[in-house]
Amino acid sequence: MDDGQRVAEVIEASSAEFTAQCYKLDQAPPLGSLVKTKDKHLEIYGVVYNVETHSLDPGRRVVARGENMKSEDEIFRVNPQLARLLSTDFKVLVVGHVQGKSLYHYLPPKPASIHGFVYTCRLEEVRAFTQSLDFLSLLVDVRLPIPGDEVTAACLRYASQAHPDPQVFLVKAGKELACMLSSDAKRLNSLLKRIR
Amino acid sequence: MMKGQNSEERARLGTVVSGSLNRGVEVKLDASVSVEDMAVGRYVAIEGEKRRFFGMITDVSLEIIDPRAAITPPDIADPFIAQVITGTTTYGKLRVLPMLTIGGDAASILEGPQPAKTVPTHFSEVKLASQRDVELVFGAEDEKRFYVGTPLDMETRVCLNVSEFVKRSNGVFGKSGTGKTFLTRLLLIGMLQKQVAVSLVFDMHSEYGWEGKTEKGYKVKGLKQLFPSKVAIFTLDEESSRRRKVSTDVVVRIGYDEIEPEDIELLRQTLNLTEASTQAVYQLAREFGDRKWLETVLNLTEDASKQLISRLNIHDSTYRNLRRGLENLRRFSFLIPRAPDNSVRRILEYLDRGINVILEFGRFEDFAAYILVANLLSRRIHAKYRENAEREMGGEVAPSHPLVITIEEAHRFLNSEVSARTIFGRIAREMRKYNVTLLVIDQRPSGIDGEVMSQLGTKITCLLDDERDIDSVLTGAAGKSELKSVLSKLETKQQALIFGHAVPMPVVIKTREYGSAQSYKELGFLEAAELKRKTEKDIEDLWAS
Repeated sequence: MDDGQRVAEVIEASSAEFTAQCYKLDQAPPLGSLVKTKDKHLEIYGVVYNVETHSLDPGRRVVARGENMKSEDEIFRVNPQLARLLSTDFKVLVVGHVQGKSLYHYLPPKPASIHGFVYTCRLEEVRAFTQSLDFLSLLVDVRLPIPGDEVTAACLRYASQAHPDPQVFLVKAGKELACMLSSDAKRLNSLLKRIR
Repeated sequence: MMKGQNSEERARLGTVVSGSLNRGVEVKLDASVSVEDMAVGRYVAIEGEKRRFFGMITDVSLEIIDPRAAITPPDIADPFIAQVITGTTTYGKLRVLPMLTIGGDAASILEGPQPAKTVPTHFSEVKLASQRDVELVFGAEDEKRFYVGTPLDMETRVCLNVSEFVKRSNGVFGKSGTGKTFLTRLLLIGMLQKQVAVSLVFDMHSEYGWEGKTEKGYKVKGLKQLFPSKVAIFTLDEESSRRRKVSTDVVVRIGYDEIEPEDIELLRQTLNLTEASTQAVYQLAREFGDRKWLETVLNLTEDASKQLISRLNIHDSTYRNLRRGLENLRRFSFLIPRAPDNSVRRILEYLDRGINVILEFGRFEDFAAYILVANLLSRRIHAKYRENAEREMGGEVAPSHPLVITIEEAHRFLNSEVSARTIFGRIAREMRKYNVTLLVIDQRPSGIDGEVMSQLGTKITCLLDDERDIDSVLTGAAGKSELKSVLSKLETKQQALIFGHAVPMPVVIKTREYGSAQSYKELGFLEAAELKRKTEKDIEDLWAS
């Protein structure tokens, strides 16, 4: 299968997640979307959960420059160095992997390779990966620095677009969530409202 | 969606989640199945690990996974949320009483369904029973099985094993207007058609023999119209029969000499006699002889009476009470001093030829006449059967046709006060030893003696709503409390619960149709033209061979 667009590169990796730096400023894949990175033996799938744009040099804060400019674009035209001093990173929660020909909805045996290329996934890949919703438990149970349910909801909304009948997919996912969150009606309700 | 499915595409209902053999297993419904489509009394098949189970739905309930969700209900106005929570947060549950099993190996398939002695394993798949399942359990219609109706929401035929049916006494129960008469008519036709027994019907309201009426006022054919050569109508009231244009075979007259003291004793309540006056009857019978006492007493003059009671030491008020009661019998024009014909012998002649006898009461619809005649005739007929059965044991004669006596308002004969004394109580108890069994029809089964109820082989019951009646019908049935919920939820028309000896498991049926031209045809009725054709053909065949 050919890959989607190459958008970033792994700059930090652990078993459960990795961080990737975008090749272009502000060009990160959307929150909740499925991305992948691979090496010789493994293809690792993950869900984008936190996108951050910051100065490359932790000692230099970004300062406002546009007071006398006509548009935001002009700031970058006048200061071409900015694109090199800033970077957009995103964090990815690992939700599954492909080893050999098989797809697994759990953590891979080893983390993503550093400097591994990160690709967006094509619709067919998203559809194939979300045929099974076993990965949802990884999303629901994880503790993230941002509200985790937002990521789950974003991921399901995004994945539903890859399915022939998005509504059917969402109902199926909703039922899966209802089983997982059977003891937490409040959380389930708010999550369901985000994916309908 | 439930209708017309074949076995391959039966609707899956859910999975077994808990339960016990006694109380039945609990089945969690799949999200796609709505509780509103379920109904108690419907059949399901459970695919266990090693065997298949057949059971009946006995309860449907709503469950919620987290009680807190019931307090803050999810926003079901949103169709998406409503769809998601059905079957997950909220779900339906069935209680299914496993009744029969079929093992997976060849031997047990040959053996057929056996009573369930265990329950299916956890998470066994539960499906609606298919047509084939029902057929497997109840058998297809054949020379012993008679089609009585269809299970709820299915087209399959439920068949009653009539040859087993007539081996015991049976009961048809139900509130008034629930279809007891229609059911009974069907059962009588079943026995007639399969030729497993001859019937003697004490037809209190004259509705089995020639013609009956539906509640809506349509006329339906009686047995004689459908099977003229196999049914004879006897009548107590010639005029009524003539007015109704019924072709009767025999007019029954009963002589005073045929009435015995026991008959009067049974009429104690109806004739409003005291205990002492019934005792006096025995005295009088001793005095004048069993055959003459009634006529003599009725014809005594005032003076002769006085002499008599002083001689026999009967109290005056007792005698008056008795006399007043006996005078009531004069109302019955079928009672005459000397009967020209022996009705018992006539009935037996017909029965011996395998012809079913229906005795119409015409205008004598009161209990006194009914109890008197039914008892009197049955007692003698039973005595003959008994004699015959004993001679058969001695190898002298061929066994007589099994006889089924149908009585209505059975609690009048079989209540605990009189059941020990009436012939019906005895027939119900001694079962089929002498080839005579009962078909009792009643709307207040709680009035029937518990001992008699427990002896009934097959019970067919339409809707009952009195707690005591329900209890009494279900006495001794396995899964009583479960059947109770089924029984009290029957529809008022055309539905009945059958359980007992003649069916392998309790079943709720929609009674077979009766009353349309098509239904008569299915029951084997030939229109006049057809009958002629058939007769001609029979004659031709006869000559040809």
